[in-house]
Amino acid sequence: MSPKKSRPEIREAIVGALCSVAPEADPATLDPKQPLREQLDLDSMDFLNFAVALHAALGVDVPERDYPKIATLDGSIDYVSAKLAGA
Amino acid sequence: MPSLGADMDAGTLVEWHVKPGDVVKRGDVVAVVETDKGLVEVEIWEGGVVEALVVKPGTKVPVGTVLATTRTTEAPSEARVQASPAARQLARERGVDLAGIRGTGPHGAITRDDVEKAVRPAAAAAPAPAPAPAPRPPPAPAPPPAAAPGIDAAGMRRAIAAAMARSKREIPHYYLSLDVDVGPASTWLETENARRPVTERVLFAAVLLKATALAAREVPEMNGFFVEGAFRPAAEVHLGVAISLRQGGLVAPAIHDSDRKSLVEIQAELKDLVARVRAGRLRSSEMTDPTLTVTNLGDQGAASVFGVIYPPQVALVGFGRALERPWASGGMLGVRPVITATLSADHRASDGHRGGIFLATLARRLQKPEEL
Repeated sequence: MSPKKSRPEIREAIVGALCSVAPEADPATLDPKQPLREQLDLDSMDFLNFAVALHAALGVDVPERDYPKIATLDGSIDYVSAKLAGA
Repeated sequence: MPSLGADMDAGTLVEWHVKPGDVVKRGDVVAVVETDKGLVEVEIWEGGVVEALVVKPGTKVPVGTVLATTRTTEAPSEARVQASPAARQLARERGVDLAGIRGTGPHGAITRDDVEKAVRPAAAAAPAPAPAPAPRPPPAPAPPPAAAPGIDAAGMRRAIAAAMARSKREIPHYYLSLDVDVGPASTWLETENARRPVTERVLFAAVLLKATALAAREVPEMNGFFVEGAFRPAAEVHLGVAISLRQGGLVAPAIHDSDRKSLVEIQAELKDLVARVRAGRLRSSEMTDPTLTVTNLGDQGAASVFGVIYPPQVALVGFGRALERPWASGGMLGVRPVITATLSADHRASDGHRGGIFLATLARRLQKPEEL
C-alpha cells in the first residue's frame, strides 16, 4: 500500500483493474458517475474479480458491505483515496 | 472428432497437446478443436500410449473421424479379463473390479449387464429411483461451446437456436416457481466472507448451486437424461452453469460432482469456468456432462426466469434477483430478501408433484446454509 499515490495515479490503477476484468472495455468512454456494472456489463463474478484486482494493485481491501461505494469510477477513486490516506 | 453437440457435424483440429509415444490417462487434454462456435479442449476417455496422430492441425474433418490412435496400457489383471468395451467403461465409472465378476457373454466375456448386476445390490441400498442410472450422457446438443476470441457470433446464435427449437419441439415443459427467503443464507454468507480475504470470498451464486445440487440428489427425477424414449437418472450431479458472453450467446459447462464439493470448491470452479468460457478454453467433458442446468439472471435484474431445458437433460433451474419483499412468518410481517426459484421440467420424466418437492427441498437447503 502506498499512501503517496496521486488521484490520477489511483484512477489509472483502478482503470487498469477494470480492464483486467473486462478487457474489451474502453476506458475513454467510461462515465465516471455512472454505475460500472451497467457500463461494462459486469456480473457478480466480475465485480469480485475487480475487488481482487484492486487489492492486488493498490493493497486496498474492499469488504462486501462497501461494494456500493465503488459502484462508479468516481466512487472507487474516492474510496481508494480515503483508504490509502488512512481514513 | 468428438461430437460436442447434436448440431455439430464437423470440427477443425487446431493443435495437438500430445505426440506419439506419450502416455495419457483418462481425462487428459490431448487436443484443441474448433467448431463454428468456439474452441474446445478435447479430453481422452481411455488411457494408453499415443501411437499416431492421424489428423494434422488445421484440418477440418467430420464428427467421428479418427484423430489419433492409442494402444492400451491396462494392468495385467484387467487385461486378462475378457469384457466388452461398454462393460469396461461402466466398471471404471462405478469403481468395480472386473476380476470379481462372472461373465455371461460369448466365451465368458463380461457384458455391460453383468456389471450392472454386480453394482445393483449397492445401489439398491440407497433411496434411488427405479430406473437404472445412465452410465454416461449422450452428446448434449444444447450448451453451445465457448465463443473464443474472434469467433463467429452468428454461428453460436445458430447453435443456440437449433438446440432451443429442438427443446421446445420435443420436450413437454412444465413450469413451477417458489419464492424463497434467502435471509439466513445471505446473512451467513456475509459473515463468512467478512472473515475471508478477498481472494477467498464466495459468491451467493455458489450457495445457490450447492443447494440445487443437493436438492437434485434428493429428488433424482430432475437430474439425468431422456434418451431412447425413457428417463435415465444420472448417477452423479454435474450441474451445468449458464454463463453469458459479453459479445452475446451463452454456454452451460459442467461443474462435476457439484453435490459433493464444498462451497469453496464450487466457487473456485465457477471462477475458473467463467474465465475459461471467456477465453474460449472449455473442455469436452464440460460440454457434454451436465445433468441439470442452472441459470441465474439475478445480476441482470430479472425477478425470475423460466428457462428452456437443454436436451437431453430433463430440467432447468432458474434464479432471479434477491429483492426485499414483505414476508410473513410465524404471524409476523417483516421485510426479507427473497429470491424466486423456478423449475422448468420435462413432463416425460417427472410430474409437478415431484417438481414441487424439488423446489421445496431446494428452499429447505437454503435455510441451513451452514450445512451446505
